[in-house]
Amino acid sequence: MEPRVSPEQRIVITGIGLTAPNGNNLKDFRESLLRGKSGVRKFETRYMGEVIAGVCDFDELKYQKKKELRRGTRAGSVSIYCAREAVADSGINWEAVDRSRVGVYLGVTEHGNVETENEVYNISQYNYDVKFWSHHHNPRTVANNPAGEVTLNMKVTGPHYTIGAACAAGNMGVIQGLQMLRLGEVDLALAGGVSESIHTFGIFASFNSEGALARHEDPTKASRPFDIKRNGIVCSEGGCIYTLERLPDAQKRGAKIYGEIVGYAINSDACDFILPEPVRQAECIRLALKKAGLEPGDIDILNAHATATRLGDIQECTALRAVFGGEKSVWINNTKSFIGHTMGAAGTLELSGNLPSFEDRWVHPTINLDELDPDCALENIVANEPKKVDRVDYIMNNSFGMFGINSVLIVKRFQA
Amino acid sequence: MTGDEVRAAIIDILNDIAPDEDISSISDDVKLRDQIDLDSMDFLDIVMELRKRFNVEVPEKDYGHLATMASCITYLQPLLKDRQFAR
Repeated sequence: MEPRVSPEQRIVITGIGLTAPNGNNLKDFRESLLRGKSGVRKFETRYMGEVIAGVCDFDELKYQKKKELRRGTRAGSVSIYCAREAVADSGINWEAVDRSRVGVYLGVTEHGNVETENEVYNISQYNYDVKFWSHHHNPRTVANNPAGEVTLNMKVTGPHYTIGAACAAGNMGVIQGLQMLRLGEVDLALAGGVSESIHTFGIFASFNSEGALARHEDPTKASRPFDIKRNGIVCSEGGCIYTLERLPDAQKRGAKIYGEIVGYAINSDACDFILPEPVRQAECIRLALKKAGLEPGDIDILNAHATATRLGDIQECTALRAVFGGEKSVWINNTKSFIGHTMGAAGTLELSGNLPSFEDRWVHPTINLDELDPDCALENIVANEPKKVDRVDYIMNNSFGMFGINSVLIVKRFQA
Repeated sequence: MTGDEVRAAIIDILNDIAPDEDISSISDDVKLRDQIDLDSMDFLDIVMELRKRFNVEVPEKDYGHLATMASCITYLQPLLKDRQFAR
């Protein structure tokens, strides 16, 4: 039984802007997911040489001048592109919007490593003389940079900040937007997550030192969640931002509605820096279900977080078995198998790729699943080929991150 | 560097700092920021590029000399007279 909420407390997704390694808008992204098209390729990075990564190729100059690009950050560019695309997709009359009532809430895994590494490399060319350290470094590396660049570009005067939550951050940006709308703090939320982490060697080097960096002679086969031959994470960049509105506002302007956010939850493992804890993950999933007034069997599509590390996938599967064990109608897929791990963008981006299922009832698959790891055995993993199903009313997205930060979103097919 | 070479060096720097602007049409005696979109961070970029490209240090008290192209050339030519200009 779903809890009764007033119309003003019902928050809907009315616009989607995204860039993924295999698509720069929802239509192309979705098509890639249904056709099995990967976005992972070889990528040169400083000090490490050739690595495997998901790389975005959106047109940075679509919404920014060259000078803005020179002064700002890659994360800022990803954010601006996604925010402007979301607003355009929403059909809202942006010129008439009261910008003081718009909030920008972006999840990030980290921010500033790219720019710091660039500056250290820069001064290394001048014998480490710090007088060559750029005056742009501070504005480029403050934690609010990606959201702040959006406000400058779009003349938004409402609140803006980023939410640091490792790889759970994308869902958290959306949750923050939802909460601020429910509190009446803003009337329109630009909410989601971004990542530019592939532009610093450190993320690759650190996963490599952990023994958790994916390797494969064919980059498109490197990201293999649940597969017995998985060997680690493919690091990727990406971004996804939603326009979120209160239902009456969306209906008043006749907005297209992608779905209604009916459940969410955030909790913490409180046990390890990096190793996930299935008991707390299961608690987080159950909490989101409870908030939505749903039973596990009500979920139609579950987009798993699994990053293709040996242990991380097993831990999540343990949590999923605890909550969904025996349910025959919950279809499980994984977007990272196509695009790698887009870090701070992952939650929002991966959820987006599933939202069209409300209309077309196709569940995109998990690719590169040639031999299921028995320790990852679950009912109804959609492997390698999309599956047509009878109904899609509820989609759940899991995103988990380091320090045991867990986040879950549940979106319902919109029904007035 | 000759005066013309100093001018060319400044134009190279401005092309990098203000890539959306038409630098070729600026006049020498009008303030740079009245002709192209430059703010204080951009002026710091000019100072940084002079440091990087020509090992020339412009102290803060002298920033006013960078106001126009003509004043830039007058101020910088003595400092750059022994430097080679290379595009």
